[in-house]
Amino acid sequence: MKSILLNRLIQAVMVAWGVGTLTFIFMRTLPGDMAYRIAAGRYGQDNVTAEAAELVRQELNLESSPWLAYVNWLWDLVQLNLGTSLISGAPVIHEVQHQLGHSLGLAFVAILVSAMIALPLGILSGMRVGGLFDRCLLILSAVLRAQPVFVIGLLLILLFAVNWRIFPVAGFGTPAHIVLPALALALVLASVSSRVIRDSTHRVIHSSFYTFARVKGLSASQTFTRHGLRNLSVPVVAFMGIQLVGLIEGIVMVESLFSWPGIGHGLAHAIFSRDVPMIQGTALMMGLIFVCLNTVIDIACYQLDPRGRLQ
Amino acid sequence: MKTQRFLVKSCLALLVSGAVFVSAHTFAQGPTKANTLSIGGPFEFTSQEPSQQGYLFTRMQVAETLVDVAPDGRLLPGLAESWDVDTSGLIWQFKVRDGVVFHDGQSLDASAVLNSIEQALKKHGPLSQVPIASLSALSDQTLQITLEQPYNLLPAVLAHYSTMIISPKAYNSEGHVDQLLATGPYQIDTVQPPHKVVVKRFDGYWGQVASIEYAEYLTGHRGESRSLQARSGQADITLTLDPASMNSLNRERHLTLHSDLIPRSILIKLNSGHPFLDHIDARQALSLALDRTGIANAILRVPGSEANQLVPSSLAAWHRQDLPPAARDLQRAKALLTELGWQAGADGVLVREGERFSLKLITYADRPELTTVATAIQAQLAELGVEVKVEVTNSSAIPSGHQDGSLEMALIARNYGFIADPLGVMIADFGQLGGGDWGAMNWQNPEVVELITSLKVEQDTDAYLQKSQRVAEVLAQELPLIPVTFYTQQTAVNTRVKHFRFDPFERNYYVNEMELSK
Repeated sequence: MKSILLNRLIQAVMVAWGVGTLTFIFMRTLPGDMAYRIAAGRYGQDNVTAEAAELVRQELNLESSPWLAYVNWLWDLVQLNLGTSLISGAPVIHEVQHQLGHSLGLAFVAILVSAMIALPLGILSGMRVGGLFDRCLLILSAVLRAQPVFVIGLLLILLFAVNWRIFPVAGFGTPAHIVLPALALALVLASVSSRVIRDSTHRVIHSSFYTFARVKGLSASQTFTRHGLRNLSVPVVAFMGIQLVGLIEGIVMVESLFSWPGIGHGLAHAIFSRDVPMIQGTALMMGLIFVCLNTVIDIACYQLDPRGRLQ
Repeated sequence: MKTQRFLVKSCLALLVSGAVFVSAHTFAQGPTKANTLSIGGPFEFTSQEPSQQGYLFTRMQVAETLVDVAPDGRLLPGLAESWDVDTSGLIWQFKVRDGVVFHDGQSLDASAVLNSIEQALKKHGPLSQVPIASLSALSDQTLQITLEQPYNLLPAVLAHYSTMIISPKAYNSEGHVDQLLATGPYQIDTVQPPHKVVVKRFDGYWGQVASIEYAEYLTGHRGESRSLQARSGQADITLTLDPASMNSLNRERHLTLHSDLIPRSILIKLNSGHPFLDHIDARQALSLALDRTGIANAILRVPGSEANQLVPSSLAAWHRQDLPPAARDLQRAKALLTELGWQAGADGVLVREGERFSLKLITYADRPELTTVATAIQAQLAELGVEVKVEVTNSSAIPSGHQDGSLEMALIARNYGFIADPLGVMIADFGQLGGGDWGAMNWQNPEVVELITSLKVEQDTDAYLQKSQRVAEVLAQELPLIPVTFYTQQTAVNTRVKHFRFDPFERNYYVNEMELSK
């Protein structure tokens, strides 16, 4: 356990340095004048001019050496200071907290809903592999997985917001606002995770230790709860962890469609407007969250699977 | 059987835990549907700084300016009851309105106005173009602005959002605005950049106190998303609608659609110094090859929005009524280019002295219709034998390309009402030889420069009109920019909203005049 935590801590430090350095290099090597990009982000399309760009250039000292800017950023990082946004002037940490909070909230609810859908369907399907239910679920999963998430989002909006008017189309601020974006993401996630659960269930209930448990006299439910659930959950937990990581970085379309103020959308806009401290801060926080999530998954698997402890 | 029961129990447990999580998730309790006017628009905001997204806060009626603008472009008293200029045109006095209080309870006086104007001068905006010599508060109610040289545009500049009047308490020690405390009929309730602003009625407003208690602005990035907000009834007023969704919205009985001409035009900015475009006939040929009617009808879905000149008719001084409609004439366009020595090459693209007539057209996605119009122009000019490579980029690439000389053509949406008097934009675009960031490029016409310079100090209305009409005529003849279409703002308004009206200058949503039916 200690070695897992120590390894992850070293990883976190390396990720913080590596992600920040790479984003700094990438942003500096992109074509286009940075001062103009920042001016467009600050003042809008109607008001971006050479004068505005010059003002930005002087204010941010953009003509100074990139090395100096890099060293300043590194020194700020050591002091746990992510700097201020070049566009809004607000501390990066405040903006990241606001955006990341919304993304994590959405990702967590989406994972929860996907688990609520995928677990029962996957287990039922895995218990009778090749049956009608299993085949129907396979088709449904394939259809859902083949759709871009915004198409599913639009369909949900048309059904639940426009036709039945149960949930709002977009926005945030009330529990009702999270339902449709979370469901759109959950359906895509469940289409894959239900297959993983199905395979895992099939493997476990056809294993020798499972058969032995039944033979020694345990009932079906006792066998499933004592020997089935725990064994099938190891790959499922690992897979859902990976899905959560992918979710946080890949929900830009859903955030954009549902006007959800998340990190993916924020990062995309920061890149368009060359808000380097914001990009570095966001990428760094996302990197650290990935390390944390991987650590949590490792610990969960470590606790679930005694074989890992022996290693 | 037992396994199934267990599964059912597991599912129920998960459902309950999910429901508990969602309901326990702490969301801010906002205003209710019944007492809130919800406005959906495409624009994001990042701060409350007047020089940046100040327009959102004047539109939401949080902040006001010294001078107001009527829908027909006339300047009206705002926070200044009146203003005078001496005979030299150098000393302007603004009488600050009496009985106005800021949202923090402080009274408006000339020193507070002075502070706001001084702060605006330090930041980016049209005020920096005004030749101000000094500013002073002569009394509690009188602000004096002394100029280095006459500048008729001053009141129009003081109607610009970047000059909004804010309480001195709103500025932090570095001169930035953290919490907007102004004088409008609504005050800030919550600000959640980049998507949402909620404003609350300000009962101490000096003018018409609002009937609707709250108003909310929600950014909807995608046109489809905004249309769906209108259809579902979530948004009461939905702005900048996607032309493709107008038919479906028209069928909704709870919506009324408004089409309003705004002083914005879609134009092709040209590098008139480019060897392919330096002759008037070449620019004329490109203009003649455009099928503006096709673009207006099929892409923008606003028949009649074809532009035959830069400025729309709503800005009458700068619009020539006598110009013929811009009709497509491909044969004449081809003939003009043939006279310039262009011949069709093997692949249909025109060639002259071994050079292909190939140009790069850049545009930006901030206004989604521009990219579609750009590809239509690409196809239309291909029929003329002109190869156009469309590149969708950031809007900043246009002033940047203008400055470094790399720009060849750009499709832009120019707002001639950015300053209430279009002269402000004309000065920026054509007021100096060579043009401006969003105007002419490498186009040399001393007559236009002289006319525009003289308009800064012209006092006689008839002479002003004569000169502005002459400028409009020259621009239509020489085509330093090619007009494509005029802009129409498409707005969907829920029938529960009473007394809606649209401001063509996009300065004000007039929420305080509206009511919500029960």
